[in-house]
Amino acid sequence: MMERIPILKLGDTLIVSIQGDLEDQGVLALQEDLADKVVMTGARGVIIDISAVEIVDSYIGRMLATIADILRMLDADTVVVGMRPAVAITLVELGLSLGGVRTALDLEKGVALLDHVRSTPR
Amino acid sequence: MTGDGPLPIVSNADIVAVRQQVRTAAVESGFSLIDQTKVVTAASELARNALVYAGGGQVRIEVVENARRRGLRLEFHDEGPGIPDVEQALTDGWTTGSGLGLGLSGSRRLVDEFDLDSVPGKGTTVTVTKWAR
Repeated sequence: MMERIPILKLGDTLIVSIQGDLEDQGVLALQEDLADKVVMTGARGVIIDISAVEIVDSYIGRMLATIADILRMLDADTVVVGMRPAVAITLVELGLSLGGVRTALDLEKGVALLDHVRSTPR
Repeated sequence: MTGDGPLPIVSNADIVAVRQQVRTAAVESGFSLIDQTKVVTAASELARNALVYAGGGQVRIEVVENARRRGLRLEFHDEGPGIPDVEQALTDGWTTGSGLGLGLSGSRRLVDEFDLDSVPGKGTTVTVTKWAR
């Protein structure tokens, strides 16, 4: 049994909120769903809210980085928002710093960051 | 849950179940939120290792106590191919699979005691202990 994570659209931004404990296939499905939806809607930004996620291990961390890479190739910027302090501390100690992934403290700051990224010429 | 015998690790859903059981045991043992997160993350890495590299295994979750504090001991066991070069396997970035090679080396940093016993052809046992602070 695998639940798919709902993807919301707000203007040209897609928003997903990961709730609870994710199975590995759930993250993989999210990757495919987001890639499809970005192409289908032409969204320019994607916000992934992980404020309800209690642990991010190396697999999930790597998948977040992979999702950001894939969406970048599809012309969308990704921001991961809401990481818990304990998760950040654990990830760095584990050896993953998610260097290629933009982060913001919450959804509001994530939206502001996307606005800023898009108003700055690349 | 201690005394209920080992938990099987044969599917991705079992990795989630291991995380949840370890979390419950860590809360009951008085772990801080950060230490809960670290030990659950280490358990997730080691459970996935057993599944990916050995085709499955099991974990025994045990609450341990010494004179000064309580802790959690997790014993992951599999009967997979074993690890020929343990030192190499504990190096950051070393992997024979498609992962990042952080499972063993990273989880070792997240716990207080780490013991790896592997016999090529027979299997691997990884025992980790984390103490409540």
